[in-house]
Amino acid sequence: MSEKTIAVAHADRPVVFTQDEIGWAPWLEPLAADQLTDRHWAGLVDASRAKSPYFMLLARDPEILEARTKTDKDIFYNPAAGLPRAERELSAAATSRDNGCIFCASVHARFATTHSKRREDVQRLLDEGVGVDIDARWNAVIAASVALTSTPSAFGQGEIERLRAVGLDDLAIADAIHGAAFFNWANRLMLSLGEPTAAEKK
Amino acid sequence: MSESEPDVIDLLVGVEKGSRLDAIRAQRPEARDNAQKSYLTLFAPKFPGEMTGEERYALATFVAGLHGDAAILAFYRDGLARQGGPSGIAAAVEGEIARGAAQGPYGCYPVGPLSVEDKAGPIHRVSPANRSALGARLSAALEHAHLLVFRPRDASPAALQSLLDAGWSTTGIVTLSQLVAFLSFQIRVIVGLRALAANSHS
Repeated sequence: MSEKTIAVAHADRPVVFTQDEIGWAPWLEPLAADQLTDRHWAGLVDASRAKSPYFMLLARDPEILEARTKTDKDIFYNPAAGLPRAERELSAAATSRDNGCIFCASVHARFATTHSKRREDVQRLLDEGVGVDIDARWNAVIAASVALTSTPSAFGQGEIERLRAVGLDDLAIADAIHGAAFFNWANRLMLSLGEPTAAEKK
Repeated sequence: MSESEPDVIDLLVGVEKGSRLDAIRAQRPEARDNAQKSYLTLFAPKFPGEMTGEERYALATFVAGLHGDAAILAFYRDGLARQGGPSGIAAAVEGEIARGAAQGPYGCYPVGPLSVEDKAGPIHRVSPANRSALGARLSAALEHAHLLVFRPRDASPAALQSLLDAGWSTTGIVTLSQLVAFLSFQIRVIVGLRALAANSHS
């Protein structure tokens, strides 16, 4: 007999894009804490991730989780030059908005707000969608993320020229590419292995 | 396969040692190394689990084909050929690539204010002839991969249950999902960096 998926109560399921802190519930059984071996702890990278059902589900294949997490951290957290963190987060939020990942968009829209101090502009991306007109620089980052998110890709010289025109150098353009590309990885896991849930009542 | 195997992204972008793109990638060394480690752990796993090499490369060939990039498709198609399985598998995957062509992302949002953004598109089902060549497990994997590639926001517990019913375990589904999601990243990095390589700004 095959295994079964987990039913999630839909009562307060978020149905719009938001910067609020929302939750996420898995459709497949995560590992339990007492199932973790050294191999799984290595895959989690940060021990605190053992509290997250998302990472405890991904820990079922710890080697790819570890490589995924280290890729993610360097793309978004490496402070050396390139695209400012706020705009790396913008590429993540725009990609998540385009693919339709309400959970990923909430996290990375919040980070974009924290690092840019432009909460209203970030909210317009969530409310109006990826066609929003914010300013030349943000529009260019959003458009490049969307072109790269299309399958097959629609990304090319037009996107690169537009990013150069608003002041991005080679490394910053590479950062924008990696930010959008990485969220095409993350969105597909978050969207397909579980669903967003309402914020915990505080 | 070993750590000394060429970096796949460098190989498919055409990054030469000491080139401008080599210098750009060198500034995000962890992202570069772990993108390659992700590839190695998915295609030459230390702990293969239930997913065979043939299943991994067949799925990758399908995903690369759906992204419409000839060089990346050739890379994974060669990997599938090296597995030495029945040639009917490769032929069936090629057939499904042709049948599966679409333009993503599309799909439906949870019912609510975002429903106005719902976008219709094909739901892929493997043809009866190719299903006999591929078997139930790989056929279910290809159908799920098509969902992940083009319409990840249509994901559901029912889609995962189809995989479980076709013989995939919970852990196997995590690996399969990582493989498709990782390729969604790797292919976009290659496409993006190739465009950047062609656009030298001096």
